[in-house]
Amino acid sequence: MTTVRVVLPGHLRNLARVSGEVDLDVAGPVTVRLLLDALEDRFPALRGTIRDRVTGRRRAFVRFYACEQDLSNEPPDSPLPPPVSAALAAGAEPFLVIGAMAGG
Amino acid sequence: MTQVRVLAGTRKGAFVLTSDGKRRKWSVTGPHFAGWEIYHLKGSPADPNRVYASQNSGWFGQIIQRSDDGGLTWNPAGNDFTYAGGDPGTHLWYDGTQRPWEFKRIWHLEPSLTDPDTVYAGAEDAALYRSTDGAGTWTELTGLRKHATGPQWQPGAGGLCLHTIILQEPRIYAAISAAGTFRSDDNGETWQTVNRGLLSDGIPNPDAEAGHCVHHVEAHPSRPDTLFMQKHWDVMRSDDAGENWTEISGNLPSDFGFPIGVHSHEPETLYVVPITSDELHFPPDGRLRVYRSRSGGHEWEPLTNGLPQQDCYVNVYRDAMAVDTLDECGIYFGTTGGQVYASPDSGDTWEPIVRDLPAVLSVEVQVLP
Repeated sequence: MTTVRVVLPGHLRNLARVSGEVDLDVAGPVTVRLLLDALEDRFPALRGTIRDRVTGRRRAFVRFYACEQDLSNEPPDSPLPPPVSAALAAGAEPFLVIGAMAGG
Repeated sequence: MTQVRVLAGTRKGAFVLTSDGKRRKWSVTGPHFAGWEIYHLKGSPADPNRVYASQNSGWFGQIIQRSDDGGLTWNPAGNDFTYAGGDPGTHLWYDGTQRPWEFKRIWHLEPSLTDPDTVYAGAEDAALYRSTDGAGTWTELTGLRKHATGPQWQPGAGGLCLHTIILQEPRIYAAISAAGTFRSDDNGETWQTVNRGLLSDGIPNPDAEAGHCVHHVEAHPSRPDTLFMQKHWDVMRSDDAGENWTEISGNLPSDFGFPIGVHSHEPETLYVVPITSDELHFPPDGRLRVYRSRSGGHEWEPLTNGLPQQDCYVNVYRDAMAVDTLDECGIYFGTTGGQVYASPDSGDTWEPIVRDLPAVLSVEVQVLP
């Protein structure tokens, strides 16, 4: 079991009713899908806000980062790159869910 | 003591405005759900403290919120609006091709008249949902979206939105831009178009069965077969449950607009807010005027006392007008400029309750004993 620190954007923190980082337990190699599954299991109000309920695709203006790497387009079932996984597993870096800068 | 509660949905949150029965002094709470678009919020007629809200964001999608204490506190409810039956099929797109139905947001929430846990939701892309567990879970009433005309429905400029739900159970009316008005006589199982008499210049067949840009429809509870409609252009009425429509625009300075209201005690007294045109979404001559007809249409009088009569270029959206049920009927509407206006005397005089909210998307009102 790996514990991963997750940082949510302000609107989703309000929806989940948390004020800071969230610690999520993930079984096995860390993937985007496992992280989001764990997040939604713990905070059902977040279902549908990060990824489409039916297709599972990331919403257009939500991005994922860790260790200064853009993980938004990582295959959801692929283990994250080893340096990222190691940093997340060690708690040295958080997994960031970000509302994209999409104004105009 | 009687209390009046106005529920305002805006581009950047929800606001709850309260007053006593005189409706002259108001207190404001909010923003609730700050930063989110609140397309609509509405209280249950069966339990005024039960309020439902549609919360949406281009980033994070659709949330439904529920309050059990009149809007003081809220809890997220169910937001699974998956189209029923697998492949949702397609509808007409602007370029003449077919495009798959794609859920975007809930435009309108209509609580049951009798059961606080039953509520209907109108979606973009057009679909009607019902919850019987207080918005925990939603079931699509597929008979509407799968109507034979469905593949011909094309979005209006605001999207392919189901924006009007009138409950007269087992009868239900629904209106969709730009498909038209539909009626079910069996609690939403099957639907028929009720658009005969609507004429829409600019569509291939001006009197088509479907394809009309209906902006809003209202009915007075005492006359369920009489409907009033603000269409894209034209103000219309039907006295036979939508089977036939006739134009009642009469002497309005423009018959383009979005909301239409019906006086709570005078079923032939109507309210509209004329807008210059579909190209100029502001009041004619920069003068914000509500028009009232006391004769069921045709003859209209401008109501201006307390409304800005120069340099006013706001719009009033389709769900942003409401009437209360006090003896002296109150009329309310919100503007894209962030004002919510109230008239405690059937429209004779107006005052802004608030002036500087974000653009107002919807206004509803409750009278509390």
